[in-house]
Parts: sequence; C-alpha cells; structure tokens
Amino acid sequence: MLWTRKHLLGLQELSAGEITFILERADSFKEVCTRPNKKVPALVGRTIVNMFFENSTRTNLSFQLAARRLSADVLMFSKTGTSVAKGETMVDTARNIEAMGVDVMVLRHGSSGAPWKLAKNVSCAVVNAGDGQHEHPTQALLDLYTIREVRGGIAGLTVGIVGDIAHSRVARSNIWGLTKLGARVMVVGPTTLIPREIEKMGVEVCHDMDLALRECDVLNMLRIQFERQGGGNPFPSIREYKHMFGLTRERLKKGKPDLTIMHPGPVNRGIELSPEVADGSQSVILRQVGNGLAVRMAVLQLVAGVE
Amino acid sequence: MSSILIKNAELLDPSEELDMDGHLAVRDGLIVYVGADLEEAAAQAGPDAVVVDARGRMATAGLIDMHVHLREPGNEAVETIASGAMAAVAGGFSSVACMPNTDPPVDDEAAVIFQQREAHRAGLANVFPVGAITAGRKGEELAEMTQMAKAGAVAFSDDGDAVPNAGLLRRALSYAKMAGKPVLEHCEDNSLKGEGVMDEGFMSTMLGLKGIPDECEEVIVARDVAMSRLTGGHIHIQHVSTANSVEIIRMAKREGSRVTAEVTPHHLTLTCEAVKDYDPVFKVNPPLRAERDIKALRRGLRDGTIDAIASDHAPHLEEAKELEFAQAPSGMIGLETTLGVVSTTLIHENGFTWAEIIPLLTSKPSDILGLGRGRLKVGLPGDITVIDPDLEWTVDAETFHSKSRNCPFNGWSLRGRAVMTVVGGKVMFDLEGKFGPCQALR
Repeated sequence: MLWTRKHLLGLQELSAGEITFILERADSFKEVCTRPNKKVPALVGRTIVNMFFENSTRTNLSFQLAARRLSADVLMFSKTGTSVAKGETMVDTARNIEAMGVDVMVLRHGSSGAPWKLAKNVSCAVVNAGDGQHEHPTQALLDLYTIREVRGGIAGLTVGIVGDIAHSRVARSNIWGLTKLGARVMVVGPTTLIPREIEKMGVEVCHDMDLALRECDVLNMLRIQFERQGGGNPFPSIREYKHMFGLTRERLKKGKPDLTIMHPGPVNRGIELSPEVADGSQSVILRQVGNGLAVRMAVLQLVAGVE
Repeated sequence: MSSILIKNAELLDPSEELDMDGHLAVRDGLIVYVGADLEEAAAQAGPDAVVVDARGRMATAGLIDMHVHLREPGNEAVETIASGAMAAVAGGFSSVACMPNTDPPVDDEAAVIFQQREAHRAGLANVFPVGAITAGRKGEELAEMTQMAKAGAVAFSDDGDAVPNAGLLRRALSYAKMAGKPVLEHCEDNSLKGEGVMDEGFMSTMLGLKGIPDECEEVIVARDVAMSRLTGGHIHIQHVSTANSVEIIRMAKREGSRVTAEVTPHHLTLTCEAVKDYDPVFKVNPPLRAERDIKALRRGLRDGTIDAIASDHAPHLEEAKELEFAQAPSGMIGLETTLGVVSTTLIHENGFTWAEIIPLLTSKPSDILGLGRGRLKVGLPGDITVIDPDLEWTVDAETFHSKSRNCPFNGWSLRGRAVMTVVGGKVMFDLEGKFGPCQALR
C-alpha cells in the first residue's frame, strides 16, 4: 500500500489498513532505536516545528527526538494560554512560522479541532499531537503498537479504557484505533465521566472495575484530568474514586493472570495506579514511551513524504 | 415624500383575514387605503406619491424581527444601529427589537433614548429598544423598568443569560406587568451549561467538545412558565430550541398562562451535525439541536404554540469567528436571510403556506411587544414589505449590509425574497434600485 495522506490528524479518519501500515513502518524504526548509532538520514534538510499551545513534556520530547533521529532540523515553539489573550491567533502564528520554510508542523492545542483548522490554513503537513478532548493519534498508535508487541495482535482482545473518558483525547483515539483493528473495547469509569452516547462509537460502557478486570486482556488506565472538569467535581473524593476504580496489587488478583497494564502518562501515583502496580511486572508503561519514539519517527517520515 | 401607492399586489394579512389582489396607499406615513379600487387608492395616496407596480408580488405588513443584536453602544466595529437597520430593511424588516446586551448594557432611560436617537438619525427601520431586566445585566437587582418603558423600551430581557433564580424572576415579571411589558427570557441554566459549546450527545462526545443538554433550556422554560402563572406576568420564551420546550410551552398555553415564544430560522433548519468541521459560524446559544427538535419546532409553529420567527441576528467580527471553536463567540447573523430561509425551507419545501408564516413575522410579534403595527389596516403606520415569493437567489455574505459576515446560510440557494421595504411610507429598500437609500449590493 502507498501512504497518500498529507496530514495525520486523527484515527477516526484512518482505515484499518492505514493504521497497520504505520505500525509496520514503526517496526523498522524500532530496530533503528536499538542500534548504537540511532540516527538515520531519512529527513535530512527537512524542517519540523513543534507548536505546543499546551504544556507537555513527554510528547514534546518524543516528537523532538523522533525528528532528530530522522536527521530533520527541529524548531520549538510553545505558548500557553489562549490565543485570544495574546492577540495573535494560532493561524497567524502558524503562517508566520511556515513562511520561514517548514515541512511539518506538529501541533498540540487545548482546543478540540485546532489541527483541522491549521491544516486548512497552511500548505505544509500537520501532525496532531493532541487537541483538546478530541484526538491524540500518535498516543493511540503507540498504544496499539505496544499491545500488538506484547500480545501478538489486537483483533479479538478485550481492552478496557479506565477513568476520565469524558475529557480524554487518548480514549477517543484509542477507541477508533482499537475498534478498527477488531478489538472489543470497554470504557470503564464513574457515570459522571462517561460522555453521552459513547456506545455509538462502538464500545461497551462499564461502571464496575471488578467486572472489567474479569473481562479485559488489557487495561489502559487514564489520569483524572482535574484541570478540565469545569462544572464541578465529578466524584465526591479521590479516596472514593480510588476505592471504585483504582488499580492496586490486591485488586489486580481479580484480573486475568496475563493482564497487561498501560497508562499514557503522566501517572497520578496512588490514584488510578498504586506504585507497585505502575512499576510491576504487568505494567508496560515505559515500553509505551519507548515505542512512542518509533511510532512518531514512522509518522513524521510518512507525512514528510519521503520514501 | 412619505406617500406611496403600491398597486396590483397580492395583499396578504391573515390577522385581518385579508388575501386579495388589490392596492395599498400610504399618506403622511400612515396606511390610508387597503382594497381593490385603484382610483380610490391613487386618490388617497395623493398626486406626489411614489407609485410601485407590484404585479406578481405579495404585499404584507412590514416584517418585524423581535430579536436582534445591534451592538451599539460598545461594539460599533461589529454592527451599529445604522448598519443593523440597513440590514433589516434589506431583509424585508421594517421593524426590529434590539436586545440590551450592549457595552454598557441598556439598563436605564438614557441608554434607551440614545438607541432611539441613533435609530432616528439612521432613518431606515423602526428600532425598538428592549431594556435589561436587571441593573447592569448582572442578575442581581431589578433595573428601572418603568423609567425605561416611559422612554420607549418595549420589553425587558437579560438576553444572553437567564434571570439566575426564580425569586428574582418572580419580582421581574410582577414588576414588568405593572409597566405593561413582557419579559423576554434567554432560557439556559448556567449550572447545566457549564463550559458547554454545542448540543450534548453523540456529536459532542465524538468531537471532544463540551455539551449543553436539552434540559439546560427546559428547566428554565418550565420555571419561567410557573413564574408567569404565579405572577400573571407575560413571559416570552426566546429562541426555543428543543422538542420538550415546545411541549412545556404548549401545556402552559393550554392552562391559559401568559406565555409566548419565538424560534429562529437556524433552529428550524440546522442540526448539530453542522458543527462537525469545527466551524465556529455554527456556534450559537442555545446550540443547534437534532432532527427531532426541528420537527417539533415546526409542529409548534403550525399549531400556534410558537408565536414568532425571529433571527437572533448576532453579529461578530470575522477575526473572532476565526478562533478555535471553544474560544469563538456564539451567535450568527440572520436579518438578510430570515425571509428567504423561511420561505425556502418551510413554504417551498415543507408545505407551509404564506398565510401561516406571515403572522409570525408581522401581527404576532407586534402584539407580543405592543407595537401597534404588523397589519395592513387603515390608520396604522405605513410599514409594508413587498415579497417576490419565487425569486431565486444565492446567499453571498460579502454583499450584506450588516457589518458582519457570520452567516450559517452563506452559499445557500434560496427561493423567495423581499424586493421592497417601506417604512412609514418611505421606500427604504428596493432590490431593483429605483427607489430608496438602500439597494442590493450585487
């Protein structure tokens, strides 16, 4: 198959074939990352700019490192707060940066839909590094990559996504990716953090963590996004949330013995995951981070259009 | 020069049971003849009258848009009373009622007088100020309603926000009743709205945008009709958007409460699917809802539950509408498209008759606001709209008289348009450009 897309904006719009294509491309970059010399000349002379309108550490670093390992030149631009307050819109900022000669823009933005707006207004390629509560396609791709690596495939698995589904772009991108590749997906969390009509995205809704533990082969534990709640606390106390949905060593015993534990980070240790589970043998959290590099190298190489 | 003879028109005023081919005469600003005798009409109009042959066209009472935002004072770059009045007459509206959420808000006598003075200076459309319910639109203390009413305010509204609690609304309705004016409510419960920016449901879940449930509107509608029952005051529900709101209003009317309601062209035609590309031109309060709501709103028009069609013309700068969806301001303009959209979607495509629609744009809003117009009747102000019911045209926001361009119907092919707007016997808009100060720009 040939990669024909200019941008990588979300997994909703990708076919199963396209997703698999990216994962397979990432395999070769994963091998590169194990060499003593981790750099390949794929994007020599290309310029990639990371435009981060929202705080991020690991995604930002991962994209930067991925670009450098492909030998691209990397620019960094970060600005927090809304564009309204600063007087220049995102599109104005982007056009100015593009005028310097940029091949790929990697955008992190607090507003859902921002990468689509950017893609309409610039002529270079756009990669979505997370928009609002909408999509975070490279995170989902690295999650898929990790599941495929650990479990040998994705079709037929039951994957639980646990926690703050309402405010999670990771959940949405994972739902599209997992369902397209044939997994059964359960979203697990308190009623107040499950958004309306999410069943129509092809998932099952579950409010019982013990049931989820019995059913699932993989649990992707999300962070509660306290900063995005807006209309008041969605549950009475962290203590109660932990009791209902936190994963402890004790509770882990109720799950399948080969259950895989994932987390997109940053982990609120002691809330969704107890430290011994986060660092335990079933956790693949650090593998996810490592795989993120290979996946992002694949994505950047594809959208930069260099074969 | 405030005399005019409109001859050979289809005269339509269902409130007066008028539907005939005939002639209209206006002299010294007032309607002096409605009927079939051309000689008599000409004699009444007088020798210096402008003569318009309206063969094949319909003449109705001047259209009334009871819900517009003219942004003056405070946001003159977005719209002024003059530019809004020009947009009004270009859309067939001889009268508009403007909401008080300006900067500063219209919450005292001086502000009402200022708006009337600017409208008079513009000399285009009748502009009826609506005063704020609460001082500063803060939702705390009542504004000086009777003073504003004396100065000419036709109603009271904190549009943009609901009155925050039932106790305050009770006092407002009771007090407005003494002033003889209705209270116009923007029905959204802020505790349910939260940071919501679109209809809550599958679309908001999929798009990752915060949702506004139907019930956000319905709890306020239910509260408001209860307070109307308690006080006997006249509550008017602005821009109804959900099926259950229509049902609550229907029940309240059945009980005999003094409740009226309006609906916008966009809530009658667009669903939340329109938001799928994150274009903020489709961001509006209350939000665009679902197909079932559109059906219920249309049923409500048909059975008399909803009394008026109003544009909620809400101009915004292009720069502001270029922000990301969540940050962009809410609202869309409609003065220059309302008639065409209603004519196309309700009459030509969905079997409504002109006789059903015209009262919603003339006599009924006039009665709600106590304007004493909206009818083709001798002795009333000479406001007349001439409509070509079959004229086909394409919406091009670049040609609008409004200063703003945030129109959700841009590019639509429409059928039916106002070709002439007469205000107080003067031609203020003429699509063909023969008369009047305001012509089509295309």
